Amino acid sequence: MQYKSQAVAKPYFIAAIALFVGQILFGLIMGLQYIIGDFLFPLIPFNVARMVHTNLLIVWLLFGFMGAAYYLIPEESERELHSPKLAMLMFWVFLVAGALTVVGYLAVPYASLAKMTGNDLLETMGREFLEQPLPTKIGIVIVALVFLFNISMTVLRGRKTSISLVMLAGLWGLAIFFLFSFVNPHNLVKDKFYWWWVVHLWVEGVWELILGAMLAFVLIKVTGVDREVIEKWLYSIIAMSLITGIIGTGHHYFWIGAPEYWQWWGSIFSALEPIPFFMMTVFAFNMVNRRRRDHPNRAAVLWALGTGVMAFLGAGVWGFLHTLSPVNYYTHGTQITAAHGHMAFYGAYAMVVMTMISYTMPLMRGRQANSNKSQVVEMWSFWLMTVSMVFITLFLTAAGILQVWLQRVATSPLSFMATQDQLMIFYWLRLASGVIFLLGLGLYIFSFFVGGDHAENSSQTS
Amino acid sequence: MSSTFTKSTARNIFYGGSVFFFLLFLALTFDTMRALPKRDNSANLTESAIRGKKIWETRNCIGCHTLLGEGAYFAPELGNVYKRRGPDFIRAWMAAQPTGAPGRRQMPQFNLNEKEMNDLVEFLKYSSEINTNNWPPNIEG
Repeated sequence: MQYKSQAVAKPYFIAAIALFVGQILFGLIMGLQYIIGDFLFPLIPFNVARMVHTNLLIVWLLFGFMGAAYYLIPEESERELHSPKLAMLMFWVFLVAGALTVVGYLAVPYASLAKMTGNDLLETMGREFLEQPLPTKIGIVIVALVFLFNISMTVLRGRKTSISLVMLAGLWGLAIFFLFSFVNPHNLVKDKFYWWWVVHLWVEGVWELILGAMLAFVLIKVTGVDREVIEKWLYSIIAMSLITGIIGTGHHYFWIGAPEYWQWWGSIFSALEPIPFFMMTVFAFNMVNRRRRDHPNRAAVLWALGTGVMAFLGAGVWGFLHTLSPVNYYTHGTQITAAHGHMAFYGAYAMVVMTMISYTMPLMRGRQANSNKSQVVEMWSFWLMTVSMVFITLFLTAAGILQVWLQRVATSPLSFMATQDQLMIFYWLRLASGVIFLLGLGLYIFSFFVGGDHAENSSQTS
Repeated sequence: MSSTFTKSTARNIFYGGSVFFFLLFLALTFDTMRALPKRDNSANLTESAIRGKKIWETRNCIGCHTLLGEGAYFAPELGNVYKRRGPDFIRAWMAAQPTGAPGRRQMPQFNLNEKEMNDLVEFLKYSSEINTNNWPPNIEG
């Protein structure tokens, strides 16, 4: 760690991991509710558990992105953060707002929450992933603006690298497209149309810039490969991300009332969306193969390689699987979508945040890398979480195929609920995989507390 | 990568490509907004249906159900439920929740009054008449 103010990243990462645990616990509750329908009803109805599960995911990733920016931007800019105090203030504002929101979801019926928080003034609630009450949404905007001011000032007054500019562009894009969460036309088709300007243009658009910048930053550090080479890759990858991803939004416009031509635009461009993710995999492996040093933090290298592979599988391959409109006609809104969502979020965004945490945490704790023992535990947690996520995805995919067949293709189609009864075996297997995932996450947290002699030697390879 | 493909080439492709495709996206959006009135059933977007949409949102229906295929996958598709079940069934169903059948997925009781119930049904009727390019494949959703 070269600049003192980079240390503000630490509480952000700790909060991210804590919220991650919450996300997984609520995921397990839902996994069980899929099988034992009345589990915890009416204490925690499924819709409440799902809101908590998905909202915690978004919030912990945002904590991760912000923490990563606070670490990365000063180092790239070669100066202290503009205002570490402001960064810490926003940390507490965001954490308290996030906690209050979750308490609100759990403590009062959603309709009462809407009434209490001024949804009548501006109706924004009750749309998937954007369920947050109005004060929370406004809070997110304020935190984002203060955060962006802080890091933009740091970049403006310091060295401007491609990595910091891409990171900044991604984060500005994140904030700007979030403003569409305040757009909620009465017309359902328009509502859905612009809802995707937040959801799709985040995860298949500007977030990929943030992902790319974080991955490039860590790869420069752990491989010692020339910055020019890495930044050329970074620009190539994000160019492909936006060239394919923006029009790729069309794959959400097939069946919501938008014109039929979106089936062409959406199918063609989103069929190309795996390309940037494939490039990311090639990029990560290529850079590690061409490394000019063997960084003692082998766990961070593993996370970086894993991000490339899993982002390609989850976002690229599992996205392509159901993105062509003739296929999507049958798979739209089934467990296939859930399968893709799980591996894509884990493989791309959860893993890149853990890559960043893995690389920076030891440095913020005053060592180049954790002890060998600690790294072994961390790598075990990597494999447990990653492999169990692969199985979650495979079981949901199997459930999805069967669901499509029974409910939409068979000559005498079953009803939704009758179909669900036929999928139970896969829901049990998914739940079991989820338990292994939690075990992996527990081990991950444990790895931070494993002592031993720090691995310090950074040997140069020729 | 060859030496003719430099970092600044890649950067220019990124900026140029992003701007070009975003403008194309805006143009397609503009055209979509012009074409929508013929498809989006907005002629039947009554005051009642608008109130119904708000009830749909403030009860977080999307947290279990899908609507035109989007939402959670825990409970049936409701974009076409008006056609599948009809208005009377919807009213009776909502009134009977939760079923309390052991082990079965449970839907909360929302205690809607008659006017609210009518608004919600009106919204579901409006939704079912949007031109969705024949999705879902059959009435089961």
